[in-house]
Amino acid sequence: MVRVDGSGSGSSLVRVRGLDKKYQRGSEEIHVLQSLNLDVDAGDFVAFMGPSGSGKTTLLNLLGGLDLPTAGTITVAGDEITHLSGSKLTQWRARHVGFVFQMYNLIPVLTAFQNVELPLLLTKLSKAERRRHVEVALEVVGLKDRMHHFPRQLSGGQEQRVGIARAIVADPTFLLCDEPTGDLDRKSADEIMDLIDRLVREHGKTVLLVTHDPVAAERAHVVLHLNKGVLVEGQRAGDPAGARS
Amino acid sequence: MKYSALIFSSLFRKKIRTMLTIGSFAVALFLFGLLAVVRGAFNQGVEVAGADRLVVVNKVSIIQPLPISYKDRLLHIPGIKEVTHANWFGGVYQDERNFFGQFAVDDETYRSIFPEFVVTDDQWQAYMADREGAIVGADLAKRFKWKLGDRIPLKGTIFQGTWEFNIRGIYHGKRVQDDSTQFWFHYSYLKERENPFWRGLVGWYTVKVGNPDDSVKIAKQIDESFSNSPWETKTDTEKEFATSFAKQAGNIQLLILSIGAVVFFTLLLVTGNTMAIAVRERVRDLAVLKAVGFSDVFVLLLVLAESTMIAALGGALGLAGAKLLTLNGDPTHGMLPFFYLSTQTAIEGFAVALIVGVVAGLLPALSAMNLNVVAALRRV
Repeated sequence: MVRVDGSGSGSSLVRVRGLDKKYQRGSEEIHVLQSLNLDVDAGDFVAFMGPSGSGKTTLLNLLGGLDLPTAGTITVAGDEITHLSGSKLTQWRARHVGFVFQMYNLIPVLTAFQNVELPLLLTKLSKAERRRHVEVALEVVGLKDRMHHFPRQLSGGQEQRVGIARAIVADPTFLLCDEPTGDLDRKSADEIMDLIDRLVREHGKTVLLVTHDPVAAERAHVVLHLNKGVLVEGQRAGDPAGARS
Repeated sequence: MKYSALIFSSLFRKKIRTMLTIGSFAVALFLFGLLAVVRGAFNQGVEVAGADRLVVVNKVSIIQPLPISYKDRLLHIPGIKEVTHANWFGGVYQDERNFFGQFAVDDETYRSIFPEFVVTDDQWQAYMADREGAIVGADLAKRFKWKLGDRIPLKGTIFQGTWEFNIRGIYHGKRVQDDSTQFWFHYSYLKERENPFWRGLVGWYTVKVGNPDDSVKIAKQIDESFSNSPWETKTDTEKEFATSFAKQAGNIQLLILSIGAVVFFTLLLVTGNTMAIAVRERVRDLAVLKAVGFSDVFVLLLVLAESTMIAALGGALGLAGAKLLTLNGDPTHGMLPFFYLSTQTAIEGFAVALIVGVVAGLLPALSAMNLNVVAALRRV
C-alpha cells in the first residue's frame, strides 16, 4: 500500500512524516518539499512524476540518505535515518539502498563485472562469493556474457542494465531509480522498464522511480505527483477508474 | 587486496599523464640518488673515520710537513697508545688522469692503526721483505688489472724521478665504504731518494688514543706541546679532519640539500596539480562510490593511495637507475673513490618520495573526501 496522507501503518517499509526541505540560494529561500508524508510497503513500485524543479530528485536523495531534510523524519525498515551521522548514513546506504542513475554513472575504467562488484567490496564476502553474486546479478539483467566489457564497449541500454545489476547485487532493501530511461531511446527504455518490472514481480523488490516519462510511469503500481513541494496521489497505472492504493 | 583494481584502474585512467608524473618522480629520485652518492663520496672519510684516531697536521697547511722526531714526543703524551705517519707521494701512473692516492707509510704501525684495511700475513711479510714493495687496495688493483708481483712505475712529481714498485699485497676494506683505492709503500724507500727539503720530515701523523672520550683533551695537549715551535701542529679527530677536508671542495652538503629541496618542492607542485586534475575529472565517479556506501575516509585513502603509488613507482625507478649507474664505481677514476649508493640512502630516498606523494595527494584527497554527493551527481 502507498499512502501520502500520513495514515499508513507502522509496518510500512518506508515511512515519511512531515518532511521539509529548504535550500538557500543567495538571499532567496527555496522550499522544495513541504510537510510531506509517505508510506510505502515492501514490494511496492512507486513512480514520482512532476515538472522540473518540483523536488522529485530531492525526495529521492532524501529517501536514499544522500541528503538530510530540514525537518521531518524518514524511517526505513524500522530505522530512522534522518538523525544518523554521516558515516552511519553511509553504512546504512551500503546495506539498504540500490541507486540507478539517469546517466548510468558506471566507472569507465572498470569492467562491467568490476562495476557491479563495487557494493560487494564493502561486505565481508569472499572473492568467490562476490564473483558468484556478480554473475547472478549480471545474469538477471542479461549481460553475463559482457561482464569483461568496459562501459565504452556497451550501448546505453546495456550500460543502464549494468547500473541496475550494481544496484541489486547487494540485495538492498529498496531501489531508487532517478530517471533511469531519461537518456535512452524508446526501445532501450522499454527494455529497462521491463527489467525493473521483472525485479518487482519476480524478485519482490521495492522500487521508487522518478521519471518524466509517462510510459515508464505506467509500469508502476502507483504514480505520485509532486507539485510545488507537495505530494499528490495519482492514478494507479492501468486503472482507468482511478482506484487508489 | 580487494581494492587493488579500483586503485590501479583509477591510476591508469589517463595513462600518459600518469606515466609522465611517474617519470617526474623517477628523474627527481635519480637526481637525488646521484647527489647523495656525490655527497657520500665527499663525506666518505667522515663516515669511516675511526673514533679513537686523531690526525696531526702542520698548523700552516696540510701540505706542510712535520718533523719525524715528533713521533717519539707524541708517544710520550698521556693517553696516546700508538703513532704512525704517512707522506703524500703524488706520483703519476702512465697518465695524469690515472689518479689515485699513494702514501709512504710507517710499516711498523700503519697496519695496526688502520685495522679496517685487511692484508693477509703472508702478503704483509712479502711486502716487508721487499724494499720496493707496495700494497694496493682491491679496487685499485681491479681498476688497473694489477696482480701480485706486478712491477709498477710511478713518475714522481713532489719526489722527482721514476719510482718502481712491486705489488706484494692487496688489501680489502672490512666495510663496503672503506676506501680500497690506496697505494702504500715503505717510508724507508722514500727516505732513500728524498730531496734535501724533505729530509727528516713526514706528511702527517695519525695517533691512536686509549679512550675516545679523551680525544678532544689529548688533541689540545698535542697542539700545546708543539706551540711556539717552527712546526706547530693542528690536531683534530679523524672525523673532524675528514669533514674539514671535504669542506675544502665547498659546502657540498648545503649545495646538495638546496638542489634536492628545489627538486622535491617542484615535484610536490607537479604531483599535487596532477592529482587535483585527476580528482576534478572524476568527481562523478567518486560521488558514485560514496553513494553506493564507500566512506569519506575510504575516498580520501583512495586518492592518497594513487598519489603514493605514483611516488613509489617513480621513486623505485629513479633509485634503481641511480643504483645501476653507480654499479661500475667511480666514474672520475680516482677523485671519488666511494661512489656508491648505499641501501640506507636508497631507503631514505624512497621514504622522501613517499612523503612527497602523500603530501601532494593530501589537498586533492581532502577535497574528494568532502565532496558533496548530491551536487557532484548533478554535474554533467
